[in-house]
Amino acid sequence: MSTTDMNMAPVVDEEELRYARAQKREKVAKWVLPVVVIALAIFLWDRIVVWNNIPHYILPGPGVVLETLIKDWGMLSSALMVTLKITLAALAVAVIGGVGLAILFTQSRYFEMSFYPFAVILQVTPVVSIAPLIFIYVDNRLAALLLCAWIVAFFPILSNTTLGLNSTDHNLRDLYKIYGATRWQRLRYLQLPTALPYFLGGLRIAGGLSLIGAVVAEYVAGTGGIGSGLAFRILEAGYRLNIPRMFAALLLIAATGVVIFTAASLLSHALLHKWHESAIKRES
Amino acid sequence: MTPPTSIPPMGQRAKLLDMSNVDKVFNGNVVALKDMNLTVNQGDFISLLGPSGCGKSTALRLISGLMRPTSGHITWDGGMKSGDLGVVFQEPTLMPWATVEQNVWLPFRLRGKSLVQVQDEIMWALNMVGLEKFQKSYPRELSGGMKMRVSIARALVTEPRLILMDEPFAALDEITRHKLNNDLLELREKLKCTVIFVTHSVFESVFLSDRIVVMAARPGRVSSEVTVDAPYPRTEEFRTSADYAELCRKASDALHAAMNEHGARASA
Repeated sequence: MSTTDMNMAPVVDEEELRYARAQKREKVAKWVLPVVVIALAIFLWDRIVVWNNIPHYILPGPGVVLETLIKDWGMLSSALMVTLKITLAALAVAVIGGVGLAILFTQSRYFEMSFYPFAVILQVTPVVSIAPLIFIYVDNRLAALLLCAWIVAFFPILSNTTLGLNSTDHNLRDLYKIYGATRWQRLRYLQLPTALPYFLGGLRIAGGLSLIGAVVAEYVAGTGGIGSGLAFRILEAGYRLNIPRMFAALLLIAATGVVIFTAASLLSHALLHKWHESAIKRES
Repeated sequence: MTPPTSIPPMGQRAKLLDMSNVDKVFNGNVVALKDMNLTVNQGDFISLLGPSGCGKSTALRLISGLMRPTSGHITWDGGMKSGDLGVVFQEPTLMPWATVEQNVWLPFRLRGKSLVQVQDEIMWALNMVGLEKFQKSYPRELSGGMKMRVSIARALVTEPRLILMDEPFAALDEITRHKLNNDLLELREKLKCTVIFVTHSVFESVFLSDRIVVMAARPGRVSSEVTVDAPYPRTEEFRTSADYAELCRKASDALHAAMNEHGARASA
């Protein structure tokens, strides 16, 4: 709410004008620059392949990759669906498990003391090294894949949400106590909203990690598994020296990762933009 | 919402709360508060004035029930129920994800009342602090002074018997602070509420209160009490009057005496 003099015509000085122009330029550049750079990179890739006569079983050009993507779409899309299903299911279970454990941790210090070390051990042990054991012990392949992806994805959600639940303003805590809030009321009205931005930060990391977990698990499961995910297709194509198909599958994995990250970012913005510092645009 | 028509003069007020021989010791050897005796009467505006470490905040926490005294008693006339107490902290202490009206709703929400059920009370409290137009705003959209007003509205909304204020205006600029001081006195005239106000400003304590409890540090204790017998309503003219200057001198002397008491003890 600015109070400008009503009788004066708006005065815009040179500096303000320059600032406004810079702002407009930045707005356009934000979208145009990445697109141009990516297009340039693809063009360069194509030129390098053509100029050096690189055979496409060593490095296929972007055109060939695109062709393969279309030609093999039937097989690749069903593989994508399998990987996507495992990724999203693992993410969902990671969210439920991570948030649930975090809530239990903040409700009981003793519970946290007892079980936090397990969470850390699970997190620091590379999934590639546990996966073979999981595939021995768990008969259901899908469940085993899911378990691997979950192990990778749940920790950032657990640790971020725990941090958030413990970050409540101490004066607000006192106020809740003075007004005789129950434990459940404090959790619901104070701790969970405080933890929301932390949780969403964890979700963004976990989204990418669950995809990595799913892909790594598929690699370990190898050709012996139900094997129709994208990672399996990459392995298979590698054995057959079908490099364009490897690239096409790789492209799909990367695109999936970007989509998951974008979705998590959009969700974060939707939930926080009204009140949280991270989502508020500052003037000047 | 029907307060008595006027606050009776000091000496004729009904008793609200009694602190007798209250000690608070931390970790077995840090004496935060020693032998505090204080009788709070209905309609009192009491300032707790003193240097840091004198136990003013400890006294507030004991009265609010957040801590129990190591020894001694705090008794409320007629017992204490939830909603009898309103608290304002140094920070506005608002929930950033909640709108102004949702923040003011909090004391009722924790008692299981829906927002619709207590809409009238919330609007009344916001009206009292002059923020009725901002009920749907988020705290980040408000200035520091306005956030403090929301915090005061939240403390008022249950019509508490006692309002505790822990250096509520210390973080605000001088002009906003004066404005809020004036508004607080106006509120007190309207609501006839009882206030305990912690401050380290002599000027603020004289302007606001009718009783100043001067406290000394190490160990935290009551040093003396200064009665401010200037009549209410107090306006901007009072702030520049000779009476005010004289009262400030008196309070300031009492504060220095309290601090020297501490000095004497420290060097002993």
